[in-house]
Amino acid sequence: MSKHTLSVLVENKPGVLARIAALFSRRGFNIDSLAVGETEHAEVSRMTVVVDVEDLPLEQVTKQLNKLVEVLKVVELEPGSAVARQVMLIKVRADAATRSQVLEFVQVFRANVVDVATESLTIEATGTSEKLAALLEVLEPFGVRELVQSGVVAVGRGPRSITDRALRSA
Amino acid sequence: MRGPRPAQRAESGDPIVSETRAATPTALHPAPSPAQVAQQARAKAPVEVTGAQSLVLSLEAMEVDTVFGIPGGAILPAYDPLLDSVSVRHILVRHEQGAGHAAEGYAAATGRVGVCMATSGPGATNLVTPLADAHMDSVPIVAITGQVASSSIGTDAFQEADIRGITMPITKHNYLVTDPADIPRVIAEAFHIASTGRPGPVLVDISKDALQARTTFSWPPKIALPGYHPVTRPHGKQIREAARLVAAARRPVLYVGGGVVRARASEELRRFVELTQIPVVTTLMARGALPDSHPLHLGMPGMHGSVAAVTALQRSDLVIALGARFDDRVTGQLSTFATQAKVIHADIDPAEIGKNRIAQVPIVGDCKAVIADLAEAVEADMDASGGGDYSAWRARVTGWKETFPVGYAPPEDGSLAPQYVIERLGEIAGPEAVYVAGVGQHQMWAAQFVRYERPNAWLNSGGLGTMGYAVPAAMGAQAGEPDRTVWAVDGDGCFQMTNQELATCVINNIPIKVAVINNSSLGMVRQWQTLFYNERYSNTDLHTSVGSRVPDFVKLAEAYGCVGLRCERPEDVDATIRAAMEVTDRPVVVDFVVERDAMVWPMVAAGVSNDLIQVARDTAPRWDREDSEAIPQPTDANHDRG
Repeated sequence: MSKHTLSVLVENKPGVLARIAALFSRRGFNIDSLAVGETEHAEVSRMTVVVDVEDLPLEQVTKQLNKLVEVLKVVELEPGSAVARQVMLIKVRADAATRSQVLEFVQVFRANVVDVATESLTIEATGTSEKLAALLEVLEPFGVRELVQSGVVAVGRGPRSITDRALRSA
Repeated sequence: MRGPRPAQRAESGDPIVSETRAATPTALHPAPSPAQVAQQARAKAPVEVTGAQSLVLSLEAMEVDTVFGIPGGAILPAYDPLLDSVSVRHILVRHEQGAGHAAEGYAAATGRVGVCMATSGPGATNLVTPLADAHMDSVPIVAITGQVASSSIGTDAFQEADIRGITMPITKHNYLVTDPADIPRVIAEAFHIASTGRPGPVLVDISKDALQARTTFSWPPKIALPGYHPVTRPHGKQIREAARLVAAARRPVLYVGGGVVRARASEELRRFVELTQIPVVTTLMARGALPDSHPLHLGMPGMHGSVAAVTALQRSDLVIALGARFDDRVTGQLSTFATQAKVIHADIDPAEIGKNRIAQVPIVGDCKAVIADLAEAVEADMDASGGGDYSAWRARVTGWKETFPVGYAPPEDGSLAPQYVIERLGEIAGPEAVYVAGVGQHQMWAAQFVRYERPNAWLNSGGLGTMGYAVPAAMGAQAGEPDRTVWAVDGDGCFQMTNQELATCVINNIPIKVAVINNSSLGMVRQWQTLFYNERYSNTDLHTSVGSRVPDFVKLAEAYGCVGLRCERPEDVDATIRAAMEVTDRPVVVDFVVERDAMVWPMVAAGVSNDLIQVARDTAPRWDREDSEAIPQPTDANHDRG
């Protein structure tokens, strides 16, 4: 299996997310991560879907997505030519004895502390999935009390826009 | 991303509720008569109407002539203006499943979009089976359902079901309408989506308050489908590449599927076959796409296909798949299907290409255009270099067709062979009739023993395998084509699932004919029990002729006001069919009491290679020496895993 990042432009209408999520599960494809939001055009939403499939099933996923009437465009973003980021909020145990050590890691990973309590720190970190995994690994020994992560969002490098092209062809 | 329902309610819920009260026609505000409204609407000026009137006007504007349905609470507002429609005939069915299959039968026989209507909750969920059926077999239908008022959606209101959510995976597209202003646009879009590209079912769910509220109607509405662009013109480069493979092939076969029928490409196909002299197989969904009388027609491929059709595909070096989808019932064990063949795969649905079998030349396009373009390219090649020579191959495959015709052994005890009944029915009713089958043994025999000479003469539930399809689908076909003879070929099991639509047929003067192939069993299941479960007949005895007649189909037919006939001896078959053919003023049901142990042959057991085709129990076809080379001889077929 290998990970693929798909950018799916869809009409911003009720029920589209359900349709897409159902398609993945019905056809037996696993979603690693999913993020949805409006684009610069209010009538268009963009989903970033990370799927774990071989190339051939990936082609089938893409074709099935394209069959959905509300899907405007499906683009696979290659890791080399795209920027991908994820947000993570980590509530980690940190008392007087360990706080400075935790803060050191926060600095190294260029993360932010967004909440402080006597027993804990809540850290906000942004980056690639790999960087976040590394941060999590060093924080784990202190005791991770809560972990929340967003889906990956990704955009192609360079000046071109897939939304513009999708709207033009529409 | 907007949230699914709460956002909608916030936008349009409350104002609609208040409008609803105002919408009820009163003495002060009488509703305009339909004639007035229609006249105004035809003038293309926006008219003031209710959502329900807007729906009926939209159906009229789409030139819908027939709707099958049943009213109920949530759809009730729509039925009021429907009563006054001059051009839309509503046929009141006895079960919503019947409405759905009737819409399918109407669409499959006429090529026009079939329409069915039901209320919310159970009315809508009863449409689920026909929608799934239409989705699998690419039948263009539009289903309109009432939904509870938008302010009640999500509250588990009386007769509430999330039919849009339920039918997402079994429709080509679906809608929930809560704003009456959307009705004309959504109806226009629904018909467009259902009938273009790969056809399929579209469901339009309309909340009761949207039907009751006042709105304006104008036609045509502005269609907004920025994500829907079916490709119909094939790519010239792919066509040339396909023509190159055709010229290079030695053992090509045309594998013709239901897409050719839906694309109305039979004439193009016939010309292509004449031009290239390539042998043809037609799948269960494509029977009639090329006349069965054509000398290069090898019959049906697949689990119960002819030896010639199955074997020609297995040994071909080029499979030209047209509007077919390499279904498991055609390919058998996929890894052993046509292993030496390259594949040209033409389909209007890109997702079908490469789904099951990799295609060397994928062609996305409408079969009508694909075949015409391919013929042109092949002809150019022939003019330039003579084209491919398939004469040796042709001689072999047509030889198989003669050596291994699809046949049956008449029962020794003088009882009635089901195959004989169906064969005679096809002979007497002829190629202009419409044949509609249920699912099971009788369906396979009807596919094998009726000779189809034209497309749309054969209707059945191929993909979903819906028992109970025949009677309502025949009703729909007869409503759409009143001048044709329509025969439902049904089983005693299938018939009991939907025969209440005989009442609909009698009352609405829809004189279908039903041949019940009554073997007192769930025959296909029984056949599998015979072959793969040591003849342990668990729950397949229906008691409809052996030992008892529960029910007596002749009496049942008569109770409905149909003509009921029974035939139990081979010598009475022709006379009975002729008697049934003479009845034209009401439906006829013929109870053909047939031999119970007849089985469908040839057969490839589920999950094994098509090389292991058997022409009778434990009997492989006997090949001559040349043909037997390179075929693995069957040892013990690894029976059924399906």
